[in-house]
Amino acid sequence: MIAIIDYGVGNLFSLKSSLSAIGAEAVVTRDKAVLDQADHIILPGVGAFGDAADKLRETGMFQVVLDQAAAGKPLLGICLGMQLLLERSFEYGEHQGLGLIPGEVRPIRPVIPAELDVPHMGWNGLHFPKNRPRSPIFADLNEGDHVYFVHSFAGFDCGDCCTATAEYGPELTAAVQKDNVFGTQFHPEKSGDVGLKILKAFCQWR
Amino acid sequence: MVTKRIIPCLDIKDGRVVKGVNFLNLQDVSNPVKLADYYSRSGADELVFYDITASFEGRKLFTDILTAVASTIFIPLTVGGGINGVEDFERVLACGADKVSVNSGAIKRPELIGEAAKRYGDQCVVLSVDAKRVDGKYHVFLNGGRVDTGMDALEWIKEGVDRGAGEVVVNSIDTDGVKKGFDIEMLRDVSAIVKVPVIASGGAGGVQDFVDLFRGLPQLSAGLAASIFHFGEVAIPDLKAELRRNGVCVRL
Repeated sequence: MIAIIDYGVGNLFSLKSSLSAIGAEAVVTRDKAVLDQADHIILPGVGAFGDAADKLRETGMFQVVLDQAAAGKPLLGICLGMQLLLERSFEYGEHQGLGLIPGEVRPIRPVIPAELDVPHMGWNGLHFPKNRPRSPIFADLNEGDHVYFVHSFAGFDCGDCCTATAEYGPELTAAVQKDNVFGTQFHPEKSGDVGLKILKAFCQWR
Repeated sequence: MVTKRIIPCLDIKDGRVVKGVNFLNLQDVSNPVKLADYYSRSGADELVFYDITASFEGRKLFTDILTAVASTIFIPLTVGGGINGVEDFERVLACGADKVSVNSGAIKRPELIGEAAKRYGDQCVVLSVDAKRVDGKYHVFLNGGRVDTGMDALEWIKEGVDRGAGEVVVNSIDTDGVKKGFDIEMLRDVSAIVKVPVIASGGAGGVQDFVDLFRGLPQLSAGLAASIFHFGEVAIPDLKAELRRNGVCVRL
């Protein structure tokens, strides 16, 4: 069973539908016992980092996510859910993240060419680092496969934990992984067949 | 590089696609779920559903369809038509929409843009503007181009983006239905004043019109059309192949 963490952030309709499309049983929950039982956990998120981090704390999910990750459970953060995995964010002030992945969240505007729009919105190709093994959730993908992005902030300084990038002027962090903790800046639940492959690989990992 | 998006638009009335006749090999071309699935498999990058019903029953049918589409098709869905308040955003987002397009509702009450952007994020709010040339200026029109509001379209678009719209659809009444190409001049003027993605609408008659659009205005994000896709005049795989041949970055 896949548990989608419900902490009052974002629209979970597509995520639930896409998981059922790949035959995974998914529940939306903030019940610690259910999260304990889950085989995999997904941390979704849309909106501002500070609000989301506050809601994670208010619902008690901040510590639960840290505990589950420490226990080795496969965890996938999506979009803002990925950014929350990092150490800190500079979106409207400075906010502490979960710190499960090294790096910090900063606006993309200062690092991209002036003629490019913010948010970075639309389908962009994934590039995988050539000098490191492919992250298991991308096992069935080809270099350059397109996925759907919508974001104005991105993860920086993730080091070897950066498992995919997308070119928008410079290469921006598109995905991260450290052991059992995964994150995608893009929306696999909105990325057609490529996205379903990623979700399936995550649900089957371990 | 982020790709240029090709977006079919489906007008829905009483649960059926309007103008959805005579389409390729699809048997029931007015069935929105089947048509959406067909487009998704053909490589559409996004879909727009426009609710043109006014009745309560029609609204209910529309949200049922939206739910069915969003349960089976995993590309971004934008919904427009009859969006007058935050409660309308809530209604369609709960059925699986990703973005919501506002037009006359925002003209009547511009605060709607900011309220929705604050609650759901800028990326969720699409400002759709029907514009037409009047005395050397672009005016904002209502009711499919029948009513001139007298508002300056460029000023309205700038205000809408300042209030939090994350994307702008520019529908030129001057080129809409003429099938002689997008309104490059109007789109260039809009692109010059906003820094959010701009989507071209109105005037596509064939593949070459999309090539001219993206070659002429490389800063433009997307092209939207309805009848040329529904009637099979342009097949999306052919369109994308031709765009790529012309050096336009697309998702194949």
